[in-house]
Amino acid sequence: MQANVGAVASTLAQEARAHRDARHDRLFGWLLKGCALLVLACLLGAAGATLWGGRHAFGTFGWHFLVSSTWDPSSDTYGALVPVYGTIVTSLIALLIAVPVSFGIALYLSEVAPPWLRTPVSSAIELLAGIPSIIYGMWGLFIFAPFFADHIKPWLTNYLGDKPDDGKLSWVAAHVPFVGKLFGSDYPFGASILTAGIVLAVMIIPFISSVMREVFQTVPSRLKESAYALGSSTWEVSWDIVLPYTRSAVIGGIFLGLGRALGETMAVTFVLGNAMQLSASILDPGASIASTIANQFSEAAGLQKSTLMALAFLLFVVTFFVLLIARWMLRQLAHKEGR
Amino acid sequence: MAANSFIYTRRRITNIVALALSMVATLIGLVFLAWILWETLRQGIGALDLKLFTKITAYGEDGGLLNAMVGSLIVNLIGIAIATPIGVLAGTWLAEYASGTKLGESIRFLNDILLSAPSIVLGLFVYTIVVLPTTALTDGSTTFSGWAGGVALALIALPVIVRTSDEMLRLVPSTLREAALSLGIPQWKLTMQILIRAARSGIITGVLLALARISGETAPLLFTAFGNNYLTFNPSDKMSSLPQVIYQYANDPGDGMHAIAWAGAFVVTMFVLLLSLASRLVLSRNKVSHD
Repeated sequence: MQANVGAVASTLAQEARAHRDARHDRLFGWLLKGCALLVLACLLGAAGATLWGGRHAFGTFGWHFLVSSTWDPSSDTYGALVPVYGTIVTSLIALLIAVPVSFGIALYLSEVAPPWLRTPVSSAIELLAGIPSIIYGMWGLFIFAPFFADHIKPWLTNYLGDKPDDGKLSWVAAHVPFVGKLFGSDYPFGASILTAGIVLAVMIIPFISSVMREVFQTVPSRLKESAYALGSSTWEVSWDIVLPYTRSAVIGGIFLGLGRALGETMAVTFVLGNAMQLSASILDPGASIASTIANQFSEAAGLQKSTLMALAFLLFVVTFFVLLIARWMLRQLAHKEGR
Repeated sequence: MAANSFIYTRRRITNIVALALSMVATLIGLVFLAWILWETLRQGIGALDLKLFTKITAYGEDGGLLNAMVGSLIVNLIGIAIATPIGVLAGTWLAEYASGTKLGESIRFLNDILLSAPSIVLGLFVYTIVVLPTTALTDGSTTFSGWAGGVALALIALPVIVRTSDEMLRLVPSTLREAALSLGIPQWKLTMQILIRAARSGIITGVLLALARISGETAPLLFTAFGNNYLTFNPSDKMSSLPQVIYQYANDPGDGMHAIAWAGAFVVTMFVLLLSLASRLVLSRNKVSHD
């Protein structure tokens, strides 16, 4: 009898304990899930908040907002074309420079460099990714832009541009369409769309090259060895075997760099010149979405503030889709490997 | 035969040129790294001065960066203090509860996107959800605050911590889980007391990396913490931070201001580089102890 009561009591205690544990587990699971959902809330919130903040601008200007290059605070009329153009062109210049350089770095680190050199060099390149963007901005403003204005820009305007110092058009500017316009500038300072593109390129090189290097190493060595056995050179193996095998991930890495470049604020703000004007020349100053927001938001009110919010919404949506494509492409290779 | 040797020579030359170009590309990367670091060191050390650490920015060229350093420290700590628990728990959910589920996969995917989302937009988001509502409670003066800056930095630190926690927890051997569960330990206890402890050094690495990332951030602070020329320890006040002062001083026409900006840049760069070094050390020490 005694033993029975004891057994029943202990069973009850066990059941109570099991119930308690189950309840705690459930609560804990909800807590964790709530935290994870916050990530989702951040993304939706950022899009929602900027859309809400920009509703007046969207409502006032409508679709015309996207194609208008007017930016006139005195008459409260704003168009997105200048900053959108600046954002896209600086990012494209950055990609044009960063992609071949990153491919070169990845190729060097995975195929060419002696093994003892690989770790230090790749750590050094990764160090570039760790430098805060404000430092890139300062370096760009005080060191690179003056250097660019003294040594690179005169050469470009004189030999390629349609506004050379001595007034004599070079052969290229006279005969090749668009080039003259692209490099023509009578603005004497270093801050320009091209300068911003170059600084952005330096910033995104470590991101693109580390993705490329990582995926190059996932190529099965039997594929490469087969090609070598057939007499291929290192370059042919890299170009015809490694690159096609990793194509989707390489494109993903490039888009990742593009996403970074589109949204970068500080480095660009310092070297872009912040001129709300549309110019065909990449040697003229311009503005990007992020730099316009950084420069004007504190002093803006009313419709101008709403316009800046609307620009932020555009930037967020575009980078979201660029990064979406990037991650999706990167995933393709992982699936191929069965990971 | 002649054609063959011509093709062979051309292929060899292509190969040599391509490999040489790859070397040039690497050199370009290294030259820029050296150039940026060298200028930051040269200009920064040249401008280093004791007054940077004892005086506040209100004195302009004769002042220092004390309030900015204190502000940076407080705002960064708020950011990390908010992002760490949320990030670790979210990472735990992804690794332990949601592996293979659709929701888990999409959150992991979106977290990677948040990782490189434009920080200035996140700053505007926090401006909308923190600064604007609190401003509505005042007589119309905008309530920029250290808290708002901290929240903005937390949004940037969060995806870094989520990702490393998720990855590190997935590296914990499943035998550990099975052993604990077979002893009847409830899952929350298993997670908090065994799994997170096993992945501790990896998670610390993630937190250090996140700290390194946010201590150089400027854009999200411009419209949240705003800046303050006086020393304050109260996060409800406007707060200045090193990157924000650097931004402000670098745009100033005065040379004396530029020198202080360089000194600030030097301090920030050293801090960030030391943090990333420390995070690597934590991780490598852990690897050794497990082998």
